[in-house]
Amino acid sequence: MSHGPSATGGALVAAPPHGHHHDAPHVPVFTDLARAALDTIMSRYPTKQAALLPALWLVQDARGWVSEASMEEVAGLLEITPAYVKGVTSFYTMYHQHPVGRHFIQVCTTTPCNVCGAEDVVSALLEHSGCGDLGLTSADGRFTVVEVECLGACGFPTPIMINNDFVESLTPESVPRILSELK
Amino acid sequence: MGYPHTSHPRETAILSKYFGDAEARTLDGWRARGGYDALQQALNTDPQELQTIVKDSGLRGRGGAGFPTGLKWSFMKPDGKIHYMLCNADESEPGTFKDREIMRWTPHGLVEGVALAAHSIYAETAYIYIRGEFTEPYARVTKAVEEAYAAGVLGANAMGSGRRVDVHVHRGAGAYICGEETALMNSLEGRRGNPRIKPPFPAVAGLFGKPTTINNVETLATVPYIIKNGAEWYKQFGRADNPKSIGTKLFSVCGNITRPGNYEVALGFPFKDFLYDLCGGPLPGREIKAVIPGGSSVPILTREEAENTIMDYEGMVAAGTLLGSGGVIVFDDRQDMVRQIARLVRFYAHESCAQCTQCREGTAWTLRIMERIRDGEGTAEDLDTLLSIADNMTGKTICVLSDSCATPVVSGLKKFRGEFEAKIAQNRSVVSARGPIRATAA
Repeated sequence: MSHGPSATGGALVAAPPHGHHHDAPHVPVFTDLARAALDTIMSRYPTKQAALLPALWLVQDARGWVSEASMEEVAGLLEITPAYVKGVTSFYTMYHQHPVGRHFIQVCTTTPCNVCGAEDVVSALLEHSGCGDLGLTSADGRFTVVEVECLGACGFPTPIMINNDFVESLTPESVPRILSELK
Repeated sequence: MGYPHTSHPRETAILSKYFGDAEARTLDGWRARGGYDALQQALNTDPQELQTIVKDSGLRGRGGAGFPTGLKWSFMKPDGKIHYMLCNADESEPGTFKDREIMRWTPHGLVEGVALAAHSIYAETAYIYIRGEFTEPYARVTKAVEEAYAAGVLGANAMGSGRRVDVHVHRGAGAYICGEETALMNSLEGRRGNPRIKPPFPAVAGLFGKPTTINNVETLATVPYIIKNGAEWYKQFGRADNPKSIGTKLFSVCGNITRPGNYEVALGFPFKDFLYDLCGGPLPGREIKAVIPGGSSVPILTREEAENTIMDYEGMVAAGTLLGSGGVIVFDDRQDMVRQIARLVRFYAHESCAQCTQCREGTAWTLRIMERIRDGEGTAEDLDTLLSIADNMTGKTICVLSDSCATPVVSGLKKFRGEFEAKIAQNRSVVSARGPIRATAA
């Protein structure tokens, strides 16, 4: 899917200091409520596999990212192979395959926003978040900033997404205030 | 009602009438505005008859391709097979943000249209596939579906009709290509979003291998108005001399323009009046240089071309471009077209699913060449190479993402060639200052 630096940055992310350890034993995601939510979702489709994207969302909502151990858990529940799950996970840019900052910020820099100055917004975000570069996580683990291709809010340049929330009409001047509200 | 700008008297607000009206978001609010009357009526009407009304209305798909909606529906027959209705809410064509506002402000209007369409194509189950980034539209539509189930509008006995209509909302996860209908089906089935080879077409073997109809959000949101008011009512919107482009269309306007936002006009509207009168024209002291009228995948127009164009399917074709999704991107005289075309190419290179060689390689090489021209490191030969690659990317792949990447390059080179050549001339001077001019620059 990616040919450039604007992939969601998973592969570029440095291990954050607040630490998720790949070798720690996997605590299952799908117990109790999450399991019930997945069962409800599965009832909507004629195949188990169709619940794959929703299942990966449930994992990310619970853990902040999708680890290989989580992929194996999902594979078992949906009766597909872990390799297949990884193939699907890696196709979609919104699933994090590595831990990211507490506030994952996606900035639209595609043409409609670009002609309105989106690159200046990116510079301001990198400067004030302490991330240094796109795809890197700030030393305090607060922020990861990535470029994203067209957020579909072209009339409100520059839009960004902070985790699941949209913020529209960002300017370089409004960046410090927005970031200061994120702890 | 306009959004975010106030409504302009020359707009024809049908779909956008309740944009900005928060009460229209609830089931009660939607019903108070006449909502779900059309669904009630439709559930007690034979699907064949509904297909005929939509066919007679002249409605064409609003997602980009403009395929006649009623004709698409008529492929679905009462054959006793399981059918699926799909709503494509993966709006991600750069410059387009109309479906987002439909879902944010009138989610019940969409649910009504989807349920109505499901019945019209002999389906009991419908899915609305919403792009992953659209978190608010996803929440609004999900809530509307929940309210509709709770009120018996959806479910085993939809609106007391004795018919089952189920609507489910499915969230994508970040992939432009999933707006391609067969990629969307693969994605919904839990696969990578690679487009499928056609035929078989979705009406024969679509979602889960079953006959499927897939329509865009705007198309489906329009249908209840047609069922309620009749095909003849809908035909009043459009140019009297052009029966092929009927109805109103939402246009999203963005880029270097005074009043960006969504505007709904009857098809056949003069593009010049649209840009200057409705949208307020360029920013103070600026001039419009170029316009992409239908989302990033359609050919670029110069200002002069845009000003002489009519906003309907045929008018845009006559101007050498396409109506597409109705995403209008405006560039003013400050913009470096080489830089902006390179940025568009980067979009397509990033979004290629990498299934077809011509697209995977073509988008990546086009990007490298465009970026080196942008950076003053291009050669005259690069322009021929770009056109050659574009030729190999057009009409040769499973879907049209590859063609869409070639489009801004080919139309940009045709209309703004001088800007490309100026960048290349810049390279010559840099090289000649250091030593001999490169042979390829001759």
